[in-house]
Amino acid sequence: MNTDSVVSVRDLQKKYGSVTALDGVSFDIQRGETFALLGPNGAGKSTTIEILEGYRDRSGGTASVLGIDPGKGGLAWKARLGIVLQSSGESGAVTVREQLTHFASLYPDPRSVDEVLAAVGLEAKHKSLIRTLSGGQRRRVDVALGVIGRPELLFLDEPTTGFDPEARHQFWDLVRSLKSDGTTILLTTHYLDEAAQLSDRAGVIADGRLVASGAIDEIGGADVRVPIVSWIEGGEKRSERSTEPGAFVAALARRVGEPVGLEVVRPSLEDVYLGLVGGGAEVSAALDLVSTSSTTASSTTASSTTDAEGVLA
Amino acid sequence: MSTATIPALPAGRTFRLGATRIAYEVRGYFRQGDTVFFTFLFPLVMLTIFATAFSEGDFGKDADGNAVTAAAFYLPAMLAAGVLLSGLQNMAVDIAMEKSDGTLKRLAGSPLPVFSYFVGKIGQVFVTGTLQAASILLLAAIVFRVPLPTEVERWATFAWVFVLGVVTSAILGIALSGVPKSGKSATAVVIPITLVLQFISGVYLSFTQLPEWLQNIASVFPLKWMAQGMRAVFLPESFEVLERGETWDLPGVALVTALWLVFGLIAARLTFRWIRKDS
Repeated sequence: MNTDSVVSVRDLQKKYGSVTALDGVSFDIQRGETFALLGPNGAGKSTTIEILEGYRDRSGGTASVLGIDPGKGGLAWKARLGIVLQSSGESGAVTVREQLTHFASLYPDPRSVDEVLAAVGLEAKHKSLIRTLSGGQRRRVDVALGVIGRPELLFLDEPTTGFDPEARHQFWDLVRSLKSDGTTILLTTHYLDEAAQLSDRAGVIADGRLVASGAIDEIGGADVRVPIVSWIEGGEKRSERSTEPGAFVAALARRVGEPVGLEVVRPSLEDVYLGLVGGGAEVSAALDLVSTSSTTASSTTASSTTDAEGVLA
Repeated sequence: MSTATIPALPAGRTFRLGATRIAYEVRGYFRQGDTVFFTFLFPLVMLTIFATAFSEGDFGKDADGNAVTAAAFYLPAMLAAGVLLSGLQNMAVDIAMEKSDGTLKRLAGSPLPVFSYFVGKIGQVFVTGTLQAASILLLAAIVFRVPLPTEVERWATFAWVFVLGVVTSAILGIALSGVPKSGKSATAVVIPITLVLQFISGVYLSFTQLPEWLQNIASVFPLKWMAQGMRAVFLPESFEVLERGETWDLPGVALVTALWLVFGLIAARLTFRWIRKDS
């Protein structure tokens, strides 16, 4: 266990009755780092984050958050956390400013209310009752309440769901500024671009297991990023991975002449992710080609080529 | 790992935050139109209806031979109803809603002590209940010309019956808030309870006119005793013979209410959770 870990999880288990929600999840988050948990709905992201927030008890394994077992964290421990839950539906009979001022009063060293209002872009709405705000604006209030206590560790559970693109970019700027203040952040998200924009490292959870973790541009390993060359030969679609696609295509052209239906695709982050979580059967089939290089795989590249980033110019 | 030593929070913050919560809660209360109507204004509306509808009715005479008006007769009953609504109904619905809409989950993740939260809730009941009682008394005195007592002892009785009643009612509301399965069902679970209690406890119907067995059932619950205590304050002495056992039985009022307070404290302590873990 790294001594500078703000969050350290080993072999985390969670069972609901006979259903296993988490099965041996382990990861560390270093001080000042932003770590993203990716995964499909029901994979165990929220269960993991809620165990670390102290909302749920784990069934097994160890967890340490700011050096404390989150199942036993007291008020002084909570004072150092910021929590943005996945959903909130409070009656909202207070104004934005009243709510922020109130929550600021709960913490020993809060941020200034005006500073936080500005950071989440709610200055113009500070006198509005929360119940009159739009969904996206209410989400900003949630984020504001999460950061008002100047947390050392911030949990963001799908923070930008329901944001328009502009609000999402503003939110990213806010997270970057929190990061530059030294805040450690654990983020769950569905959006791969969000994870790529914000996180230093990411972990992918599928079926209660951490199937990959690492820097966002290395996740899943180098092999899954090897470009895929596909062409039609003898009426059959063929695919092969090659670390030198140019040379491969040149050799192919010498052998068969101008290849029919030639495509060279570098798997995008999304392809890698879908391959990891098994969500895109076709893509994962394509990624399985690594070991069986000359296997015919019909229609495998079709989904990959729809991603413009994945196509080599 | 140096992070294991966590700086202590400043001492005395539990009470300071409790006071902050009272102001926050009271402000929120008056911004919820439905609670204001169904808990705050309801006894005022009912007093107005009874005072008007039964203005020709015969409610007896005081020792000097002056007729007791419908408004005077119903004033103690509406004060008792107000204590029940502001305390039990308000708390049970309010906390059940906060449980289901995520308010409590958010608070559970913050460094707010549970005790401060309850200070805020009970303070909210105390402040709104006091304002409500004052409004009922003003309405009765100014609009319906009900003569209010002048003796200090009667107001002293009012003070303890009211304070004990409000606190007990609030605590029982906190205990009851765990019963509804969702915020939406909270009013459906809680309002029938308070409504039935009001009918059998001498709030809307004269208690001694109820059948004996129903009186016995009602005597188990605190509202009957709170209403009786309020009658001791506001009705003429000559009305005491109309009570069960021909006495106001103030020691009984204190005893039964206090027993419910203790029961409520234990039940609230055992059942209250910020969130239902693993639900």
